[in-house]
Amino acid sequence: MRNVWTIASRELNSFFVSPVAYVVSAAFLVITGVLFSLIVTSSMTASLSSTFSNITFILVLLAPALTMKLLAEEQRMGTLELLLTSPLHDWQVVVGKFLGSLILFAAMLLAPTLYYVVLLTVFGKPDYGPMLSSYLGVLLLGGAFLSIGVLTSSLTQNQVVAYIIGLVILILMWIADAMSQIVGGGAPGDALTYLAITQHYNNFLQGVINTPDLIYPLSVIVVSLFIATQVLQTRRWR
Amino acid sequence: MAEVMIDVQNLVKDYGTYVALREVSFNVQKGEVLGFLGPNGAGKTTTMRILTGYMPPSSGTARVAGYDVFADSMEVRKRIGYLPETVPLYPEMSVWDYLDFSARLRHVADSDNAIERAMELTNITDRADQLIGKLSKGYRQRVGLAQAIVHEPEVLILDEPTIGLDPKQIIEVRKLIKSLAGEHTVILSTHILPEVSQVCSRVLIINEGKIVAEDTPARLGERVRGAEHVFLQVAQAAPEIPTELEKVKGVLGVKATDAAPGAFEIETNLGSDRRADIAALAVQRGWGVLELRPVGLSLEEVFLKLTTTEEPQ
Repeated sequence: MRNVWTIASRELNSFFVSPVAYVVSAAFLVITGVLFSLIVTSSMTASLSSTFSNITFILVLLAPALTMKLLAEEQRMGTLELLLTSPLHDWQVVVGKFLGSLILFAAMLLAPTLYYVVLLTVFGKPDYGPMLSSYLGVLLLGGAFLSIGVLTSSLTQNQVVAYIIGLVILILMWIADAMSQIVGGGAPGDALTYLAITQHYNNFLQGVINTPDLIYPLSVIVVSLFIATQVLQTRRWR
Repeated sequence: MAEVMIDVQNLVKDYGTYVALREVSFNVQKGEVLGFLGPNGAGKTTTMRILTGYMPPSSGTARVAGYDVFADSMEVRKRIGYLPETVPLYPEMSVWDYLDFSARLRHVADSDNAIERAMELTNITDRADQLIGKLSKGYRQRVGLAQAIVHEPEVLILDEPTIGLDPKQIIEVRKLIKSLAGEHTVILSTHILPEVSQVCSRVLIINEGKIVAEDTPARLGERVRGAEHVFLQVAQAAPEIPTELEKVKGVLGVKATDAAPGAFEIETNLGSDRRADIAALAVQRGWGVLELRPVGLSLEEVFLKLTTTEEPQ
């Protein structure tokens, strides 16, 4: 755990000296802010769920931008050689990187949106239950997206390549829902529905926390980080 | 009996398309400074990467402090300080933060003291708060070196430690490496030959994945010579001098050199010193001896002789 934290904290510090974190955070807050004000003023309901349901698409675009440099840059700069010859396991490098980006996501993207909760409390009577589950949902969604970004960043030395591969995977996960409707019923349709990230996420927004909806993003995280670790290990054999 | 710190047996690294190491075996005693010498692509970096646990060997074993580099990789890594060929630096970090990160990766207990000590040894204390990205090449190299010694490792593996430094810095770094020997065991690779004779207690010349020679820098020169060479310069460059000299017992050949008129290089039997006889002859003939000295092969010549062999049929 200590090794994981060593990696994660270095990553956090380096996020704050690079403009990427600020740009991504600002972009996220501008878009969600505009959506929030439009949705709240037109619907006149003290709820976050409509705003948060649009976050999926924003994160599809922004999450890979946060993670693209994590392992790609280490490979390009040769610093990976330092990490892989230090007394820590490959998975600790991968998990540390992931944790760093997740903390950044929670602190720079999600935490400022608590301001919306304050606004809704001042001007209305929001239901806090669905809000809490929405935040849990968006944290898991973000975690899943970031873990895929970590994986694509392990595949290449090039940040742009890492971003684009990540973007493609996330878009496919995002439209899996629509594809399942095209495919229709049966096993392929069910499989696509299960893979569709929005299905699971929407339940959280309604205030429902189901075990499969928890397992889905968590398994995406575990599988992505596991593959990323394997990718690092195969680099050693080349 | 000195303790064997690094023991390498029949190391092979096969990249599929080409073989980087072919059955390399050597060992390093505790406190020794071993120089790895060889042309680019000879297998120096590959050997170092195997020792540091960066990549596994295709076959063969390597042990550091008794631990196998593959099976007990973590134990080995704890004991090694490594400066790779491309210095692993994060340009956006300050020198202090970077060394703090390196110290925490190695679980150094009193990291502040360890960092200060490493910075003093590498002479970078005045740059502690500067961003690495703003440093000159020489400073970066020294920050990389500080990173390798911050946890006081038993074994130091330095891949081209003096590359990119100016002459003054090179001397400083060599002095540092020498001062580290004894307590630390050092392997360094280089293709700067005087470096080897100044810093290393033993040299290993590696070429095309094979060890072609292994000895002390001084003895290596002797071994390759094959014959003794004597340099003679006389005032009277008479044409009969070569034939006269060849009559001296033990002289194999005489060659006039371009160094000056009346300068000759005389080859004599290995292990025999014919200088007294040559001097006596010169005096007797009244040539006027200006200079008479033994010629040792420079390490450059040894190196070239060992690494540029005739193409096998």
